[in-house]
Amino acid sequence: MSKELLDKKDIERAVTRMAHEIIEKNKGIDSICLVGIQRGGVHIANRLQAKLKEIEGSDLPVGTLDISLYRDDLNVRKEQPLVRRTVVPFEIADKKIVLVDDVLFTGRSIRAALDAIMDLGRPAAIQLAVLVDRGHRELPIKADFVGKNIPTSMNENVTVELTEDSTDDRVVLE
Amino acid sequence: MSLRSKDLVSIKDLSVEETELILETAAGFKDVLGRDIKKVPALRGKTTVNLFYEPSTRTRTSFEVAAKRLSTDVINIATSTSSVVKGETLLDTAKTVLALGADIVVIRHSSSGTAHFLSNNIKASVVNAGDGTNEHPTQALLDLFTIKEKLGSIKGLEVAIVGDILHSRVAKSNIYALTKLGAKVRLIGPPTLVPDCMKELGASIYTDMNAGLEGVDVIMMLRIQLERQGKGFFPSTHEYFRNWGLTAARVSKADPNAIIMHPGPMNRGIEIASEVADSSRAVILDQVTNGIAVRMAVLYLVSGVKA
Repeated sequence: MSKELLDKKDIERAVTRMAHEIIEKNKGIDSICLVGIQRGGVHIANRLQAKLKEIEGSDLPVGTLDISLYRDDLNVRKEQPLVRRTVVPFEIADKKIVLVDDVLFTGRSIRAALDAIMDLGRPAAIQLAVLVDRGHRELPIKADFVGKNIPTSMNENVTVELTEDSTDDRVVLE
Repeated sequence: MSLRSKDLVSIKDLSVEETELILETAAGFKDVLGRDIKKVPALRGKTTVNLFYEPSTRTRTSFEVAAKRLSTDVINIATSTSSVVKGETLLDTAKTVLALGADIVVIRHSSSGTAHFLSNNIKASVVNAGDGTNEHPTQALLDLFTIKEKLGSIKGLEVAIVGDILHSRVAKSNIYALTKLGAKVRLIGPPTLVPDCMKELGASIYTDMNAGLEGVDVIMMLRIQLERQGKGFFPSTHEYFRNWGLTAARVSKADPNAIIMHPGPMNRGIEIASEVADSSRAVILDQVTNGIAVRMAVLYLVSGVKA
């Protein structure tokens, strides 16, 4: 049984509010960079960039981060995760990084992402933006910007489905 | 998607999908090599043993750098300074290496089939770094990666491999790899080094350089192994260069965007003219860098397959 938690409109509203919160917390968007975690976070990062441009009128640099080489379960998984591209074509030293992911769950991906970013340079700060926070943290990690808090049980799955042209965007609970 | 085998013994064993998986994974690792901190923790706590029964600097160094960039511990065993000279068998040496805690064994040996033999007899992952005149799979994979990076795709390309095909494991792995991914392969060289029966590998054969290079997209030179000199394969290195050396005039027969490759080490003035080796069309140093990324991908992927 799958249940739609957020539709296209809900997602757009959530992204809009998160964009405003990012501007408010940082008093503008100077020296901010967006970094999306492969793959779900990359789409959300692009949406946030577009929204921030709409509001503030300037283009923020967006990077993509692959965390597979930093995962803590490489020794216990049956298969190696696919290695995707990390493309951060800008200097991150002394920048404020907004790290973006689609779903925040155990927090282990975020731990891996923090290590991956630190290997690229020393940012002034890292903030975390997620579209969905589904709970069940296993590490002391908390998001700064949350699109939607969705209480779930451990055996459920939350899937964020975003399309290139955003017509069929939705978040589904299975 | 993952590899089916814990080992990389030959290109022949790889499916098209597995080959592409390695190349795509290597692209991710090439990103890592461009950073200030060129190291990732992916294989932390694992041990790689380089077991080299033949002299090698570049392949061994490349594997060593790749393994270190993945955070594995690396042990180099050059057999000329090991118990092998005391008469220890290959399998006993390998078992000793395993008892030391090796997870991956990278092996080079002068006998064809060594990597295959080892892969069937030990639990660790075995990566073939060249076995006799049989295969050198990671060289072919790094060549594929470099061609893809420079020319976009492999399918439909005309690739000329020039030189001592008969004794070359690099050539054999490349013939298998290129034809697998849909390229057309031409083999060029003297009939003593490119026997007619090599047609059976799916390549066409040329003895004339100008005819063979006509319109090709990739010129892949092989090293003329100087130890073959005086064995009747060709009269002299001087005459070899006159007939099969890659000169600027001969390069002009190829496609204007053709790239020039060489697995190294080069013999300038024997198989390749200096001005060609140093020209902007030569991608020989890119091959070296890409070799690290490709070997990282191979070590990463084989260590994910449980025996």
